[in-house]
Amino acid sequence: MSAPQQFKYITKKRRVREDRRFVTGKGRFAADFKFPGMLHIAMVASPFACAKINSIDSSPALELPGVHYVLTGVELAANINPLLSGLDLPDVKRLPLANGRARYAGEWVAAVVADTRHIAEDAAELVAIDYEMLDFVIDPEEALQDTAPVVHPENGSNIFFDKTWTWGDVEGDFAKAEHTLALQAKWSRSSTVPIETFAVTASWDEGREMLDIWASIQMPKYPEQIARALQIPVTSVNVHFDVDVGGSYGLKRGIRQTVIVAYLTKKLQRPVRFIEDRLENMAGGEMHGPDRVFDMEVAYDEQGIMESLKITATDDCGCYPGRAPLQLGKPVSAIVGPYRIKSARYHARSVSTNKTSQEAVRGFGQAPTNFAIETVVDRIASTLNISREEVRRRNLIRSEEFPWRIPSGSEYDSGDYHAVLDKLMRAADWDKLIEKRNSFRNDGKLAGLGLSTCLEPSGGNSSFEPLFNPKNDTTTWMESCLIKVDMLGGICAMMGTSSSGQGHETLLAVSIAEVLERDPDSIRAIHSESVGALPSNSPVGSRMAIMLGGAAAGAAKKIKNQVIAIAAHNFQLPEDRLVYEGGDVYVKGDTERCLRWEQLVDIAHRQYHNMPIGSEPGLQAQHTWEVPTGGAMPKEDGTVQMYPCYAFEAHIPLITIDPGTGQVQIHDYYIGHDCGTVINPDIVRGMTFGGIAHGIGAALYEKFQYDESGQLQAGTFMDYLLPSAHEIPAVEMIKHHTPSPLTEFGQKGSGESGYLGAPAAIASAVNDALAPLGKSIATLPMRVRDLEELLNS
Amino acid sequence: MSKNSVHITVNGTAYKREIEPRLTLVDFLRDELDLTGTHVGCEHGVCGACSVIMDGRPVRSCLIYAVMADGHDFVTVEGLGSKDGSLSPIQDAFWENHAMQCGYCTPGMLIACHHLLEENPDPTEEEIREAIGGNLCRCTGYQQIVEAVKIAAQKIHGVNL
Ligand code: FES
Ligand code: FES
Repeated sequence: MSAPQQFKYITKKRRVREDRRFVTGKGRFAADFKFPGMLHIAMVASPFACAKINSIDSSPALELPGVHYVLTGVELAANINPLLSGLDLPDVKRLPLANGRARYAGEWVAAVVADTRHIAEDAAELVAIDYEMLDFVIDPEEALQDTAPVVHPENGSNIFFDKTWTWGDVEGDFAKAEHTLALQAKWSRSSTVPIETFAVTASWDEGREMLDIWASIQMPKYPEQIARALQIPVTSVNVHFDVDVGGSYGLKRGIRQTVIVAYLTKKLQRPVRFIEDRLENMAGGEMHGPDRVFDMEVAYDEQGIMESLKITATDDCGCYPGRAPLQLGKPVSAIVGPYRIKSARYHARSVSTNKTSQEAVRGFGQAPTNFAIETVVDRIASTLNISREEVRRRNLIRSEEFPWRIPSGSEYDSGDYHAVLDKLMRAADWDKLIEKRNSFRNDGKLAGLGLSTCLEPSGGNSSFEPLFNPKNDTTTWMESCLIKVDMLGGICAMMGTSSSGQGHETLLAVSIAEVLERDPDSIRAIHSESVGALPSNSPVGSRMAIMLGGAAAGAAKKIKNQVIAIAAHNFQLPEDRLVYEGGDVYVKGDTERCLRWEQLVDIAHRQYHNMPIGSEPGLQAQHTWEVPTGGAMPKEDGTVQMYPCYAFEAHIPLITIDPGTGQVQIHDYYIGHDCGTVINPDIVRGMTFGGIAHGIGAALYEKFQYDESGQLQAGTFMDYLLPSAHEIPAVEMIKHHTPSPLTEFGQKGSGESGYLGAPAAIASAVNDALAPLGKSIATLPMRVRDLEELLNS
Repeated sequence: MSKNSVHITVNGTAYKREIEPRLTLVDFLRDELDLTGTHVGCEHGVCGACSVIMDGRPVRSCLIYAVMADGHDFVTVEGLGSKDGSLSPIQDAFWENHAMQCGYCTPGMLIACHHLLEENPDPTEEEIREAIGGNLCRCTGYQQIVEAVKIAAQKIHGVNL
């Protein structure tokens, strides 16, 4: 193994440059942009789970002073292309406003445009809609029955996707196995629920023939999707990526909202803005997350060694397919978790119901899958009466076995799972924690210690797209960086995406500083406007440290090479006689003969007579990087190399449950974490703590509950409970660094860390607490009322 | 709709505006005074993103009508630092410790923490969590915020000694 890389800036503590504007109230969020003559939208939402829209009478609304327009689904549908679907379902048309039929309670049926949001809201109540209620289906199991009402009759059934892959000799392994067990695990509908709702302003400039957009967006190919829907060139869509996004975690795809405001600004020739209120966001924003039932079967031996795994995942996708069904696809990347399981079968089903649709949620389906796998591992441990940590140790891939290819085709790049687990258990003092748990129990409490060991596939590429949609042959998920050195030696780096808290400006500055050996604080990093931006796929799939960091380093190396070439030409010496240091270039062994950075830059910008013959004037470079290990279609047997890098995390929470109320309290929380080389330690810590908090929410509190009449019961923060500083404990993070061989600095992703293992760990702890009662639960969230019911049953 | 006259002081500056009675204070600050540092998360009093200081106490500006603010004195995130642009100890500690990610909850968090430190210059972990218990952050899991308050408390002590 080669010696670990030494870094000057990377891995070191450094203030996150974006933070300065946030602490002074100078962030620029989508709702902060105002334009003269700007109009405001309020949505009219369907009150019914499913209804035919017989007619819409806008006239009472239009009579209200200050109201400019009422846009209906019929008009919009006639003037735009349907929105992109992740699946090949030509008969399921996704439109921003319901057209003829509303398919869930809260679906937007019309958009009212007025001088102020207040007037728009008043007018929304005056739009008279004649609905005819239709049969609907809320339960996904019921939706699968032949007799169930069909959400999209054109589609013929409620099944959006149904496919089984078998990788390896699953039946043989099950037949030979000493033991098998089956269980069901459920992950209920929750989401990332950012504190900022989705907001977008669009302004059509007839003179420039340009649609300017300011949005709280995190969406790959966003300008292209708007252009396609509106039937205008992508060169007429200018997304201002310098808008700060108030949290997203995968979610803020906002394409429906954007198409509505974009259509309206073109139509009305005024800037138009839509800021979702909380209810619009929760009920109609189509931003829920996975809602999944896992039927798991595992074959294992007397030692607890897992041989083979069968997973059936049935996902309640809600109303429209969007990218949601693909969230069943990413887990193919790590379908056997961090374990040496030889064969696997995966049956993935996406079912439509009369609920709002899903969007991408942190981990893109991996966190629910990790929870299901970990539930199986814990069950093996309890069945064989082997400790949970020992079962894991026996099954985890060993450090010397990397790169390790899993049955579904992905190769895990690197890792030392045993080292992380051992370090964690030592730091947490597992035996002491057991004592502490037991003393809680002696005091009459229900107490449990949890454990999970999970992966975070990172570096996101889109391999699940061709796997789930044979008509989609996307095999690149590139990221780019453009660096320009100005005449006075300043460095500016450009990315083609917005950020929602990931610190990309800091990432760019530090990555470039590391290569060019310049002070990171002297490097400006900006978000280009989309018309001038290089290709990007936005910060999805835990990819930016890897991909944007890699693109930035690639571009910086080109700058460095140009600088060295200029120096070589001026010294009339071969490049290998020169030394680059901090931007200056001197002759090896003779530091007096030196051209300083400013001189070299000046030559590049002004003195063409001193430039190497045939070189480009100025000093600029761009690098667009393909995802390492990417670029291939899935093979015939359904195997595919998905994500390039695999970060590992192990969690230990200690909890108690109040036997009377079912209230869970978390007393201690430890995480062992390995995402390779850490570029900025504060950013990685923050993402991990935030991911754990989000995972605790998904495990204990958060659920988009629908009632029998198809009404959403959790449309506010009173009934959809986000954990506060009371519920989230102090977390101790134990770090380990196994570099990835595939990336510039050895980094892996960390944008989804914490969330990928916390729900499984909390579930493990709850079940450990329930074990003395002979009870167990495998449904998330395990809310107070769920636990109370279980305890009293 | 009829208009009402409102006189308020925000960050030391007096303002007078004619407004609709149904305008909330947060919309007033953002839309009438262009103080967009105060954010809106829920508009029903739960998230704390809209927190501002009213006559020395933190309040949720989404739950107050601007007309009710008539005659009162406010501090928003824009008023926490010094006039010369330097950061207050809590702002600086938030930055130093990366007590945020997206920055959306940050103004409200800063208001809560600023007030805490004024009342209690040396808070315990529990007291800090209590003070920010009504401010939701979806990014950080609160840990770096709690740490930042401790850092700021130390800095303030350092200055006072
Ligand atoms: S916006 Fe005021 S508390 Fe959420
Ligand atoms: S920093 Fe994003 S919500 Fe708190």
